[in-house]
Amino acid sequence: MKPKFGVVVFPGSNCDHDAYYALKKDLGFDVSFLWHKDKDLQSSDVIILPGGFSYGDYLRSGAIARFSPIMNSVIDFANKGGIVIGICNGFQVLVEAGLLPGVLLKNNSLQFICKDIYLKVTNKNTIFTKGIPDKIIKIPIAHGEGNYFAETATISELNDNNLIAFKYVDAEGNETVEANPNGSIQNIAGIINKQGNVLGMMPHPERACSSMLGKTDGVFIFKSLVSELLS
Amino acid sequence: MFKVQVIIKRRPSILDPQGKAVEKGAFNMGLTNIKDTRIGKFVEFAVEAVNKEEAVKEIEEYCHKLLSNPIMEDYEYTMEEVL
Repeated sequence: MKPKFGVVVFPGSNCDHDAYYALKKDLGFDVSFLWHKDKDLQSSDVIILPGGFSYGDYLRSGAIARFSPIMNSVIDFANKGGIVIGICNGFQVLVEAGLLPGVLLKNNSLQFICKDIYLKVTNKNTIFTKGIPDKIIKIPIAHGEGNYFAETATISELNDNNLIAFKYVDAEGNETVEANPNGSIQNIAGIINKQGNVLGMMPHPERACSSMLGKTDGVFIFKSLVSELLS
Repeated sequence: MFKVQVIIKRRPSILDPQGKAVEKGAFNMGLTNIKDTRIGKFVEFAVEAVNKEEAVKEIEEYCHKLLSNPIMEDYEYTMEEVL
């Protein structure tokens, strides 16, 4: 069995092709695009909500995409335990859809930030992170609204249930204010839901899957997931 | 038909860096007495409904589920019946 990925295409998505290319060409997995007006997930095992500016980011990032026809199927799929990864704008769609808690505010610097950052895996015991070697990984970010915020009670719940998957750190793994690119509470870069089948993250692992691009740490996440699916 | 005007504000607990940046502009203009600038959104629309109650139901759903995100925003609206 070869797990199949489905990459959702919203109007304004711009990392859909990056994700497709990384999964298909760099990693050799089966991938299909899923159009936002469709409802059929085409028997995908994993749904990717890609980065970009769905619906122009009008109103709030992800707010309109969340009500597109394909998202009704994605929400059903996730609620039944289906695996969903939201990257960047995809993470924003997931919080708007209520599949993950919290919200992503404008970066505290007010600037769009596009650069490589370092991530610490905070929870190694997820299907997305199990296969990541014991080290700090380097993955790019590219966002204007990645400042993760949630009420204190929600943050406690995330910590108590070990739902924080990734945190922004410096190259040595220290969780510092300087290493936090956008002002996220507790340097949060990615979280999972309680059931462990939905991951949202601001950094772009699909942009770090090819040695030609100078970084390959994104591969760990997708390979981890696939080996968990096959086991 | 009802005409509706909605104001969406960031909740007081949410930082508003945009408001802060704009306020710096005010300061640079010499308006040094300006304080607590917060930037929100203004939306207006019309609702076709048989009565006020039905209109309110739709307005509330629209405001609560789409126009605002209750984690970071509060909304208030006014409505006026038009012929």
